[in-house]
Amino acid sequence: MKEVLIAERPKSMYKVSTHYCPGCTHGIAHRLIAEVVDELGIQDRAVGVAPVGCSVLIYNYIDLDWYEAAHGRAPAVATACKRARPDLTVFTYQGDGDLASIGMAEIVHAANRGERISVIFINNAIYGMTGGQMAPTTLLSQRTSTTPYGRDPKASGYPIRVAEMLSTLAAPGYIARVSVVKPKYIIKAKEAIKKAFLTQIEDKGFSLVEILSTCPTNWGVSPVAATNWVEEQMIPVFPLKEFKVPE
Amino acid sequence: MGERVLMKGNEALAEAAIQAGCRYFFGYPITPQNEIPEYMSRRLPEVGGVYLQSESEVATINMLFGAAGAGVRVMTSSSSPGISLMSEGISYIAGAELPCVIMNVMRAGPGLGGILPGQADYLQATRGGGHGDYRLLVLTPGTLQEAIDLVMKAFDLADLYRNPVMVLVDGFMGQMMEAVEFKAPEKLELPDKKEWAVGYRKERGGRTIVKTLSLEPDPLEEHNRRLQEKYRRIEKNEVRHESYMMDDDVELVMVAYGTTSRIVRSSLKALRAEGIKAGMIRPITAWPFPYEPFKKLPPSAKSVLAVEMSCGQMVEDVKLGVAERFPVHFYGRCGGNAPSVEEVVQAAKEILGR
Ligand SMILES: Cc1ncc(C[n+]2csc(CCOP(=O)(O)OP(=O)(O)O)c2C)c(N)n1
Repeated sequence: MKEVLIAERPKSMYKVSTHYCPGCTHGIAHRLIAEVVDELGIQDRAVGVAPVGCSVLIYNYIDLDWYEAAHGRAPAVATACKRARPDLTVFTYQGDGDLASIGMAEIVHAANRGERISVIFINNAIYGMTGGQMAPTTLLSQRTSTTPYGRDPKASGYPIRVAEMLSTLAAPGYIARVSVVKPKYIIKAKEAIKKAFLTQIEDKGFSLVEILSTCPTNWGVSPVAATNWVEEQMIPVFPLKEFKVPE
Repeated sequence: MGERVLMKGNEALAEAAIQAGCRYFFGYPITPQNEIPEYMSRRLPEVGGVYLQSESEVATINMLFGAAGAGVRVMTSSSSPGISLMSEGISYIAGAELPCVIMNVMRAGPGLGGILPGQADYLQATRGGGHGDYRLLVLTPGTLQEAIDLVMKAFDLADLYRNPVMVLVDGFMGQMMEAVEFKAPEKLELPDKKEWAVGYRKERGGRTIVKTLSLEPDPLEEHNRRLQEKYRRIEKNEVRHESYMMDDDVELVMVAYGTTSRIVRSSLKALRAEGIKAGMIRPITAWPFPYEPFKKLPPSAKSVLAVEMSCGQMVEDVKLGVAERFPVHFYGRCGGNAPSVEEVVQAAKEILGR
């Protein structure tokens, strides 16, 4: 019988296991980026900017040139890198605490200037690395280590819809929200990441892909329950959709 | 080039940066340094560079991290409150060993303070401001000509040591006009940035990571040890000062930098006219601070007087240099006021009991 290779590790991914918890979807998002980098053939000119958060060590898994930015500032770092080297493909990878709380100013202004960068935004509705505190994206009534009675909008406001908010701006070229909790979502997520990178490469403006992700450890649920929670609780609040596509 | 022109301080600082090959400027408006970004926004497009008005000083300093990490000559300028906001990022830049130039056209603090000149960011500049064991090279020009020469030098020093360099001037220096000349800086042999900057994976034959995280204690201690070795090298090679009227028979040694050094210069002449022998040690680098000249004060010296537009900051370095061998006095004005020549002369006479 002839052997047919139907799946392999992306060339730009190291052969190591990750530090992520069981059921965490950071690893899937990493892999999708690596696959897109390989398919576009840009390993030699792609530069990533790692965030502060669980995924700060993303550079241990994807074989590219990287920066490791201060908490929330990845879009500023990426902006300057791209301005200095327009020939590079520059992207950030950021969590929801990083991007939508401490780094809100940087992401809004990078988007509004139409920086030719791509942003992979991991929305897991919680602060993973610091132990499960409330994030700007935490759902109403969701219990976290700093909303022990559930998120109360009177005290802590509402979950921020980053993709919708940035879509009100004129400059961004591509903005989409996807998920990676089931194969049907993963296929679309990869397409979105590819479109985001192409938006940059074709000089069509700023691009961002928001990825609804899991954090079973800090949500206090099993990996399977976390997958269901994304579908049942998060997607209704954060609809999956392309909000902006280049003309 | 080679021709003397009358220029405002802030614009002279900006033009010097352009002539030093700086092609990237990121900044956020704040008085009294606005002429620097304004000048850069006009000039950089002419020379094929990039000017970007950032959303904040926090973004600015992280843009410097990004541009410096890509291996280009980059700078920003700001004034006191803006530098405070940048402090976290400066620590990251120093930790990642990235070269860049930061200008602080100081105003009076604390807090929003005032828009008038001050020298109260000396400790912030020389002792940190940000977290962790790091140092900035801090250059403190006394004239606009020296400012131009030092800005050109600043970019080379940054590249040579892979370290952020701060040009520390006060609002008077930024706003005053003086005749200056742009001389081509001497060409130094500088390290090749392609060895560590992003975007040269192919040329280098491997990747690079511009980072500061080190979760294990031993590698982080080793990194700090290496940084400290670099700082000792800078202390050995780059410390600068001027000795002015430091004759063998001086009785009083004044210490001042920037605008106050100009006031002290006039005060020394007034004192000399009255037969009082005083001289000045003027730090040109605040870090590394010129401690050496204080170890070699002539036996005739009786006292030391630090003069600042602050409530006493550089005087701490003077005391370290003097090491209790002489009494160290301080005279300062603040809030946007500067010491007058009369006040300095008076302070000197009181110290000497004349
Ligand atoms: C200036 C600063 N403040 C706070 C922290 C601590 N900190 C590290 S990670 C993190 C939150 C990260 O959460 P998120 O961005 O949601 O990413 P996740 O860990 O969930 O992937 C915080 C607050 C820091 N490193 N720097």
